[in-house]
Amino acid sequence: MKNGAQILTNSLTECGVDILFGYPGGALLPLYDELYDSPIRHILVRHEQAAAHAADGYARASGKVGVCLSTSGPGACNLVSGIATANMDSVPIIALTGQVPSTMLGNDAFQESDITGITSPITKHNYLVKNARELRKIVREAFYIAGTGRKGPVLIDLPKDILTEQVQEEDILPGTIDLKGYKPTYRGHPKQIEKALTFLNRSERPIIYAGGGVISADASEELLRFAEMFCLPVTTTLMGLGALPASHPLNLGMLGMHGTQSANYAITECDLLIAIGARFDDRVTGRLEEFAPHAKIIHIDIDPAEISKNKPVDVPIVGDAKMILTALIERAMPGGYFCDPWTKQVATWQEKHPLKIVDDGLLHPQQIVRTISDILQGKGIIVTEVGQNQMWAAQHYGFTRPRQWITSGGLGTMGYGFPAAMGAHYACPDETVVVIAGDGSFQMNIQELGTVAQYNIPVKIVILNNQYLGMVRQWQELFYERRYSYTELPSVDFVGIAAAYGIPGKQITTPSETEEALRTAINHDGPYLLDFRIEREENVFPMVPAGAAICDMIGEHTKHDPEDKA
Amino acid sequence: MIKHIISVLVENRSGVLARVSGLFSRRGYNIESLAVGTCETPDMSRITIVVCGDDPTIEQVKKQLNKLIEVIKVTDITAKEHVERELALVKVQAEPGNPRAEVEQIAGIFRAKIIDVSQTTLTLEITGDSKKIKAFEELLRPYGILELVRTGSVALHRGV
Repeated sequence: MKNGAQILTNSLTECGVDILFGYPGGALLPLYDELYDSPIRHILVRHEQAAAHAADGYARASGKVGVCLSTSGPGACNLVSGIATANMDSVPIIALTGQVPSTMLGNDAFQESDITGITSPITKHNYLVKNARELRKIVREAFYIAGTGRKGPVLIDLPKDILTEQVQEEDILPGTIDLKGYKPTYRGHPKQIEKALTFLNRSERPIIYAGGGVISADASEELLRFAEMFCLPVTTTLMGLGALPASHPLNLGMLGMHGTQSANYAITECDLLIAIGARFDDRVTGRLEEFAPHAKIIHIDIDPAEISKNKPVDVPIVGDAKMILTALIERAMPGGYFCDPWTKQVATWQEKHPLKIVDDGLLHPQQIVRTISDILQGKGIIVTEVGQNQMWAAQHYGFTRPRQWITSGGLGTMGYGFPAAMGAHYACPDETVVVIAGDGSFQMNIQELGTVAQYNIPVKIVILNNQYLGMVRQWQELFYERRYSYTELPSVDFVGIAAAYGIPGKQITTPSETEEALRTAINHDGPYLLDFRIEREENVFPMVPAGAAICDMIGEHTKHDPEDKA
Repeated sequence: MIKHIISVLVENRSGVLARVSGLFSRRGYNIESLAVGTCETPDMSRITIVVCGDDPTIEQVKKQLNKLIEVIKVTDITAKEHVERELALVKVQAEPGNPRAEVEQIAGIFRAKIIDVSQTTLTLEITGDSKKIKAFEELLRPYGILELVRTGSVALHRGV
């Protein structure tokens, strides 16, 4: 005989789970009793939202499925922003939630919430377990659904009586996967692949626009080979950073609202856009009609629903980015491509419009990010919060590999970075994990200082502190006549707060202290907090105002003149 | 904005209808009618949804439906020759004398059945496509429709 909790933990082990991020509660007592002497490690967070983000950070850094755990009612509800974050960025996580006993379901029992109903729009799929016999099958299916096709979160709701239900071993349903309605397409259609190559050979100004799908499919190597083979400039989305080394001459950096000028100009002038694992998000495209207005579009994506969702596509290829890129490379005519004038043009834009940094003796966030990049030689894992800190990190860090950049892209969840960094550490314990945060977003999950202190998680916290909700303030400055409505934050003694948790830290006010402070933090064996008091009204530039064409960037930069080919 | 009848074969599990209807509401697709019931295959149900939209919208509707794990097959019935039926029950004011005779006459023309009768009312059952039911309703309106209920369209492709 086995009870539901035992079947569950066994099934998790079968699926390769060795770590959970969670928070106990009444409905989960039977499961926590089982975890007490289980080989599965459990990290006790300080708020369930952090458990979801930590599982997400673990999944992004490792490529495996992350697992979080919360009790019923409020615990389950606290997972919601974390699940929605994972859903928007197609991150495979499993959320296990406690639930009131099935006999009390629907009775407004203590700590009851309809979490399958609540999370239906923000999960790839979810389950309410009806009997313990099915647990193994459900867990197997959940991992399969989360980690295949377009990845995403799956929630399993566990009524308390299911966890205590006794089942004869032979009655446990086998963990076979039988999903009639779920058959992801991996191989691209050969005819579309041929067509894509024909378009490519005919084009004069092609460009690759690569997104998070490339990283999710582990297709970075193939992307590099394909780009080099055809001499294709590559721009990546926020989610695609790291798919190609930042220093690669074909890499134009990020495109879109805070993209580089060279990337946005190249998109505007290209005659063939090859979108790979990217979804034409509004922060990327700006005004849709003026996004790649002269281009034929090839779209490679694992999710058929993304094809032609926002922009009509000429060559749709549904499938796995790695397989499709491999097929393209194999079928391409060797040496059949040469696009000298275009690559020269793109290189000229790159030279003429680099990302700017100011060196005036004041403490600017861009230099701080560059110093971290220099010290770590573009290695380590960079996790960010959301807002200006995120954009400065995205623009100025010299990424060298996929999965070292962890950020909430689609949902833009403040409070994501710090707990996600904890997860990233457990995925890659030998890597230096740096959280780049703002003073606003850091305070959204600041309670996790308790977790990093308890487990001595060596996360390096870099707060780019401007005492503002900086990105909102920037919009207020630019579009609301500097009426800073509720965006100013009082000064907080972050070093003092860290000290209260037993975590060392330092406040930095001048650029001359930056490098030494960062080295101290990185070399310290354990968590460390650095509170950089940066220029308060520093902006993220270049910037495309919401709804404008992406070639019309504002800030210190000039408007794009299509005649200006220099 | 053309009317499409989308037939969705789903696994017969609790919550499936909520997932399907939730998808329509959160993505802003307009449902004209929705009918659901068991079908020829055990453990499965068929949901028939009438939805209005331009081609790209309908394409998205189909793709988004297909993403639901419990959805097995999505068919746009309107793309081919098909038969469509809907059932309505109408309780109409029918005082003895002329009004009652006229209502009975209209029912006869539409091959509607009288399924309940009282001193002052008749309840009629009619099947047909949406247009026929609409026409029936319009003709009965002057007599006073007390209550009306429609099942929503169901449809199948013609032949094999």
